Amino acid sequence: MNNFSYTKVSTTDQAISQIDGDIRNKIVAGGTNLNDLLKYFITKADKLVDINPIAENNSIIRLETGGVRIGALHTNADMAYDPIIEERYPLLSKAILAGASAQIRNMATNGGNLMQRTRCYYFYDITTPCNKRDPGSGCAAITGYNRIHAILGQSENCIAVFPSDMCVALAALNAAVNIKGPEGERVLAFAEFHRLSGDTPHIDNNLKHGEIITSIDLPAKGFEKNYSYLKLRDRSSYSFALVSVATGLDIENGIIKEARIALGGVAHKPWRSTEAEDFLKAKEPTRINFSEAAAIILKDAKGYEHNSFKIELAKRAIVRNCLMALNPESQRPGAKPSL
Amino acid sequence: MKTEATHSTSLIVNEAAYNLELLPWVSLLDVLRDEIKLTGTKKGCDHGQCGACTIIVDGKRILSCLTLGVMKNGSEITTIEGIANGEKLHPLQQAFIEHDAFQCGYCTPGQICSAIGMLNEAKAKTREDVQELMSGNLCRCGASKGIINAIMEVKGDYHE
Repeated sequence: MNNFSYTKVSTTDQAISQIDGDIRNKIVAGGTNLNDLLKYFITKADKLVDINPIAENNSIIRLETGGVRIGALHTNADMAYDPIIEERYPLLSKAILAGASAQIRNMATNGGNLMQRTRCYYFYDITTPCNKRDPGSGCAAITGYNRIHAILGQSENCIAVFPSDMCVALAALNAAVNIKGPEGERVLAFAEFHRLSGDTPHIDNNLKHGEIITSIDLPAKGFEKNYSYLKLRDRSSYSFALVSVATGLDIENGIIKEARIALGGVAHKPWRSTEAEDFLKAKEPTRINFSEAAAIILKDAKGYEHNSFKIELAKRAIVRNCLMALNPESQRPGAKPSL
Repeated sequence: MKTEATHSTSLIVNEAAYNLELLPWVSLLDVLRDEIKLTGTKKGCDHGQCGACTIIVDGKRILSCLTLGVMKNGSEITTIEGIANGEKLHPLQQAFIEHDAFQCGYCTPGQICSAIGMLNEAKAKTREDVQELMSGNLCRCGASKGIINAIMEVKGDYHE
């Protein structure tokens, strides 16, 4: 790590004023990703602003809309095991528990989960070109070992994927991100929070520097009857997703009223397809219909030398996960059980 | 040594109070090992991938390599040195011996602290749950089966 100064703040306003819009001043909460990036000299800081004591951002409250507001500083573990989340948003709970390890979930915060950076090996290896780490230097992954990389929405500048599990569920749930900055408060729909790599792969999301995530709003609809999270990876625990799928289904009299399908591990942000979700509306929840929806989601997918397998894998994962959502008891955090 | 860059930091480690002058960029793991000289907590990968540095902070198991000493000012910490009762081993330490739950021993302090944290969390019901919730602690020697057996015995529902 480079040498930096450190300060602790107890209100969001103090945090904003300490950051003062300076890109070298960094916010630290759980630290599970930032401290690692600092160790690798990928992130360099002049000052760390420790926001852990901000009590106003560490609560769960029920909203008048019927939804729930979860504080940015809640830990991933506290969120996953919270009785309200387990009962109303079990998809979110399952997704969180599929990520990282118990120790990391005890440290990592909800806001930090949104802000974590890609685990692309070239991004982490400062001896190689990487447009995300060093804009304009090139992308070593496109012609390199790209097994874990993107198949949807990528650009020729960057094929990194966003690694979160929790955010895949938040995308499926249509969450909203509450933000405070020097110019006041604003709200971003979850789909608008993270960005595709495009021409600016060094910018992961639409949070401006100097702004801070204060909380995340979950809408009233939690899909607690028919939901499932499936994560496929090289080992069955403590590994990032090759492909993950969050499914929420609203089924009435054997007919799908609403379907939500979000993919993780395949793009620079959690991936959804309005076309596929619309296709499933007013249809029966059958394997054939789920297969058709999967084909729609992956129709523009593009693989590289080592990750083309992900296209078929994603299709099968979508079908399997949608079938598991019909019987949520059948799901586990890992790839088990087979159907 | 107190300098302009250091922060006065109080830690309670294994029930003993330490008042330290810490540089902000020093990990809690390095504080424990280099400042407090408690070297039972191991540095495996130093990047949050192996679990060897697992300790218990304010009742929760965390990775000491991924947090900074200054961030834990005022915290109560338990390391592997603090779990035995005098000469009497902690039940998990005893069970690790009886179940051949280590070979080289490097991951063992982290495994045991993690298992204590897991049992306190009380979320694991089955052997499969224990395996899942201990997945953050790797064992290069492959003693994993013995480790899970030892934990299951202490948990109270060990079956061969």
